[in-house]
Amino acid sequence: MNGKTFKSSMRARYLKQKLFFGAVRLSALLITLALFGILAYILANGFRAITWEFLTQPPTDSMTKGGIMPAIVGTLYLTVGAILVALPLGVVSAIFLTEYAKQGALTRIIRIGVNCLAGVPSVVFGLFGLGFFVVFLKFGSSILAGALTLGILILPTIIGAAEEALKAVPQTFREASLALGVSKWNTIFRITLPSALPGILTGAILGVGRAAGETAPIMFTAAAFFTAVLPKSIFDEVMALPYHIYVLATAGTHIEETRPLQYGTVLVLIALVLGIDLIAIVMRSMIRRNKRW
Amino acid sequence: MSAMKIRKNILTLHAKEIAIRNLFGFFAFLSVLLLGLILLFLFREGLPLFKKISLADFLFGTAWYPTYEPPEYGIWPLIVGSLAVTFFASLIAVPLGLLSAVYIAEIAPTRIKEILKSIIELLAGLPSVVLGFFGMVIVGPWLQETFDLPTGLNIMNASVMLAIMAIPTISSLSEDALYAVPREFKEASYALGATKYETIIRVIIPAALSGVSTAVILGMARAIGETMVVLMVAGGAAAIPEGIFDAVRPMTASIAAEMGEAPFRSGHYHALFATGIVLFVITLAFNLIADYISNRFRETGSGTL
Repeated sequence: MNGKTFKSSMRARYLKQKLFFGAVRLSALLITLALFGILAYILANGFRAITWEFLTQPPTDSMTKGGIMPAIVGTLYLTVGAILVALPLGVVSAIFLTEYAKQGALTRIIRIGVNCLAGVPSVVFGLFGLGFFVVFLKFGSSILAGALTLGILILPTIIGAAEEALKAVPQTFREASLALGVSKWNTIFRITLPSALPGILTGAILGVGRAAGETAPIMFTAAAFFTAVLPKSIFDEVMALPYHIYVLATAGTHIEETRPLQYGTVLVLIALVLGIDLIAIVMRSMIRRNKRW
Repeated sequence: MSAMKIRKNILTLHAKEIAIRNLFGFFAFLSVLLLGLILLFLFREGLPLFKKISLADFLFGTAWYPTYEPPEYGIWPLIVGSLAVTFFASLIAVPLGLLSAVYIAEIAPTRIKEILKSIIELLAGLPSVVLGFFGMVIVGPWLQETFDLPTGLNIMNASVMLAIMAIPTISSLSEDALYAVPREFKEASYALGATKYETIIRVIIPAALSGVSTAVILGMARAIGETMVVLMVAGGAAAIPEGIFDAVRPMTASIAAEMGEAPFRSGHYHALFATGIVLFVITLAFNLIADYISNRFRETGSGTL
């Protein structure tokens, strides 16, 4: 190859690279724009609906006026319930997978099970919750049935996060404890688990965010179109923010009329879910930065 | 303490350890049991349908009129609807997800990389009902006006919104795969005089291919199982679509929309559970394939050279 053709071939190769890098940057830009575009739009249209009354009053005039307080309370009950189900179960599963189980057929099956559970569509969880909790166990459409369904839905998230947190604890911590004659269980409970706690909590918070935004799993298991009073027991139906959005935006004769309420409810839900996610993200980066080992 | 007592103590301690281990093992195994339980209850509520119609008529029947008299329970239009929105969503989400993963893993400066990762995580956190709402009030009317359509709620709209849901899955999993490619591969490629572009396309992506394929499959599984977006923006017509601007009624949308009205344990109710079985089987297959690929081809380290 003489110098000239070499030069032009190099130029062609770098041109290709430039085009590719351009496409790569463009894709990153598009994704960023999608997120901020959606957020900005909802914020611009929703903030006018947010008043103290909107947050603290129940809906009135067949849900064309008033607030969304029962839906906020309902979503809180459901997510707290879900995390009460999923956190202990998830942490125990993760402890077994990282601390006890030898790599073999059993762990392999458990891992496949967890992965497949994570891939089950949310509406199928809803069907399961209906068939099992609502009908078979006779819980009826209730906070209990909805929270259990959501808890199973976020279980794989919690297991994954807890596993990662436990794996990040240095092996030397365990060895030092075992060398002192401490039993395996006490090593896990007193040494490994406390060291992994911040990471596990981060995962739990992400799970809460996921549970708070889900609609399909609670449609047949917990969500009520409208309740005038707050739930009195875990066997009561509740309103929930995501379902309330769906109902206002698709059902009834007042869809256009209630647009401001819809934007307001969407804004509250986004603030709740992304606020929770942001807390988890910030917490995680703080843990990484302040790591003492 | 006598030797005997110590011995006894150690023995009870040992028994306790084993008990704890087994208890924890049981709870870990619960995920597998739950998966079985889900299938069991889908079958319990779905199988009675097949006393009325055959499996072939259910899967390939082209008429979904569950409330007519006599009712028809052919879900072929619903299956086609699900596949159509998933296919077009992938056309958007795969390139965007993959390219953004390349940007994060190989090109972006550390600071931008951290920010972009958070952005993608937040995008993953957007509740699906919010995306459905956005598609309804913004994308729908815009499509309707721009292309002069009878409705803006159609395959196109659903695909765009689904793509936004699938991008985070594809991007973050691909990024992990790209990141795991050994540095030696890259260095060897540079040493041979390859440009960064050539290294990414010919060395890094092929080396990460199993992880990237897994990411794409899981992204598609996410799209096919997504409910609220297609319920709100796919248009809801249970007919086989002829173009990208036709309305469809994917399986998930049908279940979510009709379960509330289907009389308890009627044919309609059983048919919706049976649709759930189909959906479960499809997504399970996607996940098992992804699991197989990521395990079968995991060993792309320098040792395999």
